[in-house]
Order: sequence, then structure tokens, then C-alpha cells
Amino acid sequence: MDFTIALLGASFLLSLVALLVFIASMSKGLLRTSRRDAEVIFGDDELGLAEDPAAGAGAGRLQASIESASGALPHAAMSDALVLERREIDRSSVRVVWLALTLAMFWLVFGSFAGLTSALKMHWPDWLTQWAALGFGRLRPVHLNVVSYGWASLAGVGIAFWMLPRLLRTPLRGEYFAIAGVLLWSFGVFCGVVALLAGYSAGLEWLEFPFPIPLLLVIAGGLMAVPLLKTLAARKVHHLYVSVWYMGAALFWFPVLYLVANVPGVHFGVQQAAMNWWFGHNVLGLWFTPLALAAAYYFIPKVLGRPIYSYNLSLLGFWTLAFFYSQVGGHHLIGGPLPSWLITLSIVQSVMMAVPVITVAINQHMTVVGRFDALRHSPTLRFIVLGAMLYTVTSLQGSMEALRSINAVTHFTHYTVAHAHLGMYGFFTMIMFGAIYFVMPRVTEYEWPYPRLITAHFWLSSIGIGIYFVALTIGGWLQGKAMLDAERPFMDSVLLTIPYLYGRSIGGTLMTLGHLIFAVHFSIVALRLGPKRAGAVQLAEREALAHAQ
Amino acid sequence: MLNERKLVTGSMLILAFATAALVVLPYLQLHKLQAPEGLQPYSEQELRGRAVYIASGCIYCHSQQPRDAALGPDAIRGWGRASVPADYVYDRPHLLGTMRTGPDLFNIGVRQPSVDWHLGHLYQPRAYMPGSIMPAYPYMFLVKQTAAAGDKTVSVPPPYAPAQGVIVASQDALDLTAYLLSLDRSYPVYRDRIVPDKTAAESAQPANAAPAP
Repeated sequence: MDFTIALLGASFLLSLVALLVFIASMSKGLLRTSRRDAEVIFGDDELGLAEDPAAGAGAGRLQASIESASGALPHAAMSDALVLERREIDRSSVRVVWLALTLAMFWLVFGSFAGLTSALKMHWPDWLTQWAALGFGRLRPVHLNVVSYGWASLAGVGIAFWMLPRLLRTPLRGEYFAIAGVLLWSFGVFCGVVALLAGYSAGLEWLEFPFPIPLLLVIAGGLMAVPLLKTLAARKVHHLYVSVWYMGAALFWFPVLYLVANVPGVHFGVQQAAMNWWFGHNVLGLWFTPLALAAAYYFIPKVLGRPIYSYNLSLLGFWTLAFFYSQVGGHHLIGGPLPSWLITLSIVQSVMMAVPVITVAINQHMTVVGRFDALRHSPTLRFIVLGAMLYTVTSLQGSMEALRSINAVTHFTHYTVAHAHLGMYGFFTMIMFGAIYFVMPRVTEYEWPYPRLITAHFWLSSIGIGIYFVALTIGGWLQGKAMLDAERPFMDSVLLTIPYLYGRSIGGTLMTLGHLIFAVHFSIVALRLGPKRAGAVQLAEREALAHAQ
Repeated sequence: MLNERKLVTGSMLILAFATAALVVLPYLQLHKLQAPEGLQPYSEQELRGRAVYIASGCIYCHSQQPRDAALGPDAIRGWGRASVPADYVYDRPHLLGTMRTGPDLFNIGVRQPSVDWHLGHLYQPRAYMPGSIMPAYPYMFLVKQTAAAGDKTVSVPPPYAPAQGVIVASQDALDLTAYLLSLDRSYPVYRDRIVPDKTAAESAQPANAAPAP
């Protein structure tokens, strides 16, 4: 009783403080930003200039499409000084970005097969059961940990290290810390996978890597924060673009999250369950989401050559995301044996997530609106805009799922699995795909040689996740309805899902095929094999330099 | 206007706040929790079996948290009364689970107390539950020509039995079964209290809900 009153009092005080902070920041003009802040990612006269190194032969059409949508900007061009500066900046991060993205690609393929095998095992329960290491119960956590810590984290970090010097307009500092961090991180994932296959699991979802392997990732995360700080200290821009906030905060959040979650001997029973989902949702909200949003906030305006729609909203979106997202974890335990104040708090904050999600939605979609034609010419934009749209969808769906009435049906079912994949794949992974298509030609100064492979990858991935999501969403909902019906035996809820589980395997197969194509294409560019087509990559630079000579 | 120091301070303060709410407060509220009278600590064998449960990834399909009747027919299905925090004091790590691809197991020891059923079901779930999609665990068993002294043999209904020889349970299978049988939370608990305190103990009534067989 006293506890509840204390909580009520604390939340009242907190609301008062928040209101005062809000009023203070209004009166100090902190919420006013000038348009110049949004244009910090462009050089002088660069507005109106499309940039997508993955566009290949379509670069000219992309530029034409943008000009026809916005009216010609005759002065749009990169100055010679800007070209040289960009080149120096892009080259400063080449090694660490190449390394992080190459390792990420390896984990993507590995994780896809672990996931696909698990999916097949759900409807072929007697397939590959002779070996403990290939059991469903081991491959499933291997899939989750490999795609999240191996693929998603390393891709996100690789893209962050590439964007950082560009956003701060200075070469990357502390590159060796970054390289050491990336290598140690990947080594940690490798150790974790071996441990899981051998049956050493910590037993908590999202935290399966047994102690002390998580320490490797914490140290690696700490190492990766060093170049961030060193480059920040040397920055040549006055304003920190919104992508820097997201990346910077994420790089600080992750080591703390992962360390607190893995302190041995403290967490127990129900408290551990609360901690488990505090971590489980924070790793999504404070690690993966900010890394992907940082990329979207950079690449969408960069490809289109126009600043984001409302820079003020992005500011509001950042702080509300940090505040609301960090408290939603309890919605994974609705109906569970936890103090009800905790669950209610998480449900409220889950619904409040609509605020940052809508700010991001307005910003990203209003920047693209009227320029959808550019999607046909820019592979980067195609992936990233799809990812940004699915961010809106999956986030609003997540807020709905946290409501008790809907959660009663969807909790414990494949519906949740579909939602999780819409987030981590439809949103996060799609944005990373787009970002990698943009970045790799800059890293290797070598163009994607086979544009058709990019198209094949796009359609396999998007149709794959589409089938996956629709199948498991319907199957999961029916499963939940069957489980709630006391008249129906439990086995009904199992049997009715089987056709949908096959559907999931078909979707997963398409996605895996897409990844294989992507991996082959990536290897060709990373190793500079195949027909050399380095033309359009440096189109703008060459023109500018030729102009200068 | 927004410098890196404000960014780091602000974002860390927000994380600290969330950690206080979701990690520290539950710890403070629950760390003095005492086990209900009817709950025994796990034996050594049960703990070994619990480790097998974790290593085999049982949590990815089975929850251990029967819900209140308001949220679902868990009690009607024989999964037991709604669980309370005190039921979990010996659980490290917690195994609440998030999926019910299979049924809740928090009281499986009450619902299915037969060692032989569990061993056979682990060897081949479909021999006992037609249409089940639970993986078989043949690697937890040996097929021998004849059982040696002290071997625990497992009889599986045809056509799932091997053509020749007998199925013998490994130590892992026996430990896992011992753990499953220990899952019995049919003792009464005080539903309305989290930490025993005087006023609550006086006012609350024990929740009476032994799981249906």
C-alpha cells in the first residue's frame, strides 16, 4: 500500500519536473531550430543534388526525377573543395566499415540458415533430431543471437562508423579502437554461438550468451564508443545532426544495458523476468531502432538532395523515443505474476510510443512525398523507404499489442513472432540493406556490377517478409483465439497453425535466397571482382574535378 | 545548441530512470520474498534436469506462468492457479517463457505424474499425442540389445519402438523428467500480497486452486 502511494507520488513529481523542463526549454528557445540545422548534411550548393552510388546507370534518371519534382536547382553542384573533403572523409573509415559489413554479411547468411532450419523443424518435428546441437531449442536462440548481435549490430555499427565522419565533417579518429571493437564483438558472437550449440545457455531470451561471453560484447561496445568521442571532439560542424544523437546515444546505451542485464548472482525469479524484458525491449528500442533511424535520417534526405521535412519534430522524436521506449519492457509479461504497477507502466509507455513514431513517420514520409518516382531509380531509397514505412506499421502494431484486450489473444502465439520479424526485418534490416547498397561503392570505390541482382534481392526480401508476416499474423491470431476457448482442446491451437507454419517457411526460404544473392553481390564488390564499373560512383566528383582543371 | 555532453547526460539519465523503474524497484519490492510453505527448493537432480530444460530450449515453446481466469482458461485446462511471485523464489534463471506452442508446464508434475509417460513422450511425442509438433529427443536415449542392471528402460507404443533392442533413458532424460515431475505449485498461496506484511496477511484469504488433474 505504502509502496503504491510512493509510486504515485513519484510519478506526480516526475510529471511536474517534466512540465517545468518543457516550459524552461520553450522560454529559452531550445525547441526552435533553424532550417540550417537540417541542412548540415549538405555542402554549399549541394541541395538538389541526388546522391546514390548504388544507382549505377540510373544516376542520371534519379537526378532528373528529383529535379522535375522540385523544380530545377541550377546551382546544385559539389564544389571542388567539398569533393576533396568528402573523399578524405569517406576514405578515413574505409577499413573499419569494410570489416564490420563483411562480418555482418557472414552472420546474416549463417543466421538465415539457423532461422530457416528452425522454421522447418516446427512442421517437421522429426527432422534432424539425432544431434542435440541441431535441435530446434538450440537453433532458435542461435538464430536470434546471430541475426541480432552478429548481423544487425555489426551492420548498424558499420553504417554508423561510415556516417559519423560525414556528419561531423572530419575524418574518423580512433580507427583502431573501432577495428578492435568490431573484431572483439564478432569473436564474442562466435563464442556465444559455439556455447549455445553445445548447450550452454544462460536461459534468458535475448540474453542467452552465458557468462562471461557477454563481457566481450560489453568491452567491444565500450571500445567502439572511443572513436565516437574522439571524432566528436574533432568535429568541424557546429550543429550535431539528429543521426548523431541516435548513434551516439545508442553506443552509450548498449554497453550499460548489456552489463546490467548480465550481472551474475543478482537477478532472481520474477524480478529477473522484469529485468529480462527491460533488456529485451531496450535492446530493440535503444540499440537497434536508433541505429536504423540514424541511417534513415541521413540517407533519405541525402539521396533526395533535400533536408528532412521538420527538424523540430526529429528533436522531439529523439527524446520521447528515449523516454517512452525505455520503459515498455513489461508488456511482454502482461498477465504474468508481476507487480501490476510495473505492467501498467509499460502498457502506458507502449501506447505513448505513438508520439515518437508519428514524429518519425511525418518526417520521413513528408520528405519523400511527391518524389516516389525516385524509388524507381535509387535502390538505396527503395529499401530505406520501405523500411521506414514498416517502422511506422510495426510500431503502431506494437502499441496495439500492448493493450490488455489484444494482448490476451496474441500473447504466447506466433502473432508476436510475426510482429518481431516485421520490426527487426521489415524495418531494421531493410534500412541496413539500403544503407549498405549506398555505402559499399564509396568504401571500395567500385560499383555494384549487376543491378538486376539488387532488384532480385529487393523482391525476394520484401515478398518473403510479406508472406512470413501475413502467415504468422493470421495463424497466430487464430491460435490465440483457440487457446482462449475453453471448449476447444489445446491441441486445436497447435494443429490449426500448421499450414501457417509452412507459409512461414516459404517466406523464410525467399528471404534466405535474397540474402544469398546479396552476399554474392556483396563479395564481388568487397573483393573488387567481376566487371569493373566505377563510373557513376564518382560521377559528381569527376565532373567537379574536371571542371576545376 | 545541443552539445554532446547534454546528449550523453540526458540519454543516460533517461536510461537510469527506466532501470530504476523496471529493474531496481522490482528488486526492492521482491528481494525479501519468502517461499510459500508448500514450495520445496529443487533437489540436486531436479536442478540438473532444469539445466537440461534450458539447454534443450524448452522455454521457446512452453510457458511457466498460468494466468488468472480473467485472462484465459488456464485453470480449466488443468494448468493450475494463477502464479504469484513467491512461486518463483528458487528460480534462477526464471523460465516464465513467452510462447505456448505447447502447453504451460508450471504444474506438469501434477497433471502428468508418470515417469514412464514423460520418458516415452520425450523419446517420441507423437506416440502419445497425435499431431504434436514437439521435437523428438532421441539423443537423450540409447537403444541397446538388452538392458543392463540399473538401466531405466522406456517402452514406446508401436510403430515408434525400434525394431530390435530396448530403449534406455540417459541420465539427462532421467534428470529432465525429475525436474518436470517437481513442477507442482498446487499448494495454497496468498494471492494479494507480494511481500508478507502484517496487514495483508490478516486480510487476505489463501487462494484455493489446486490444478485439475
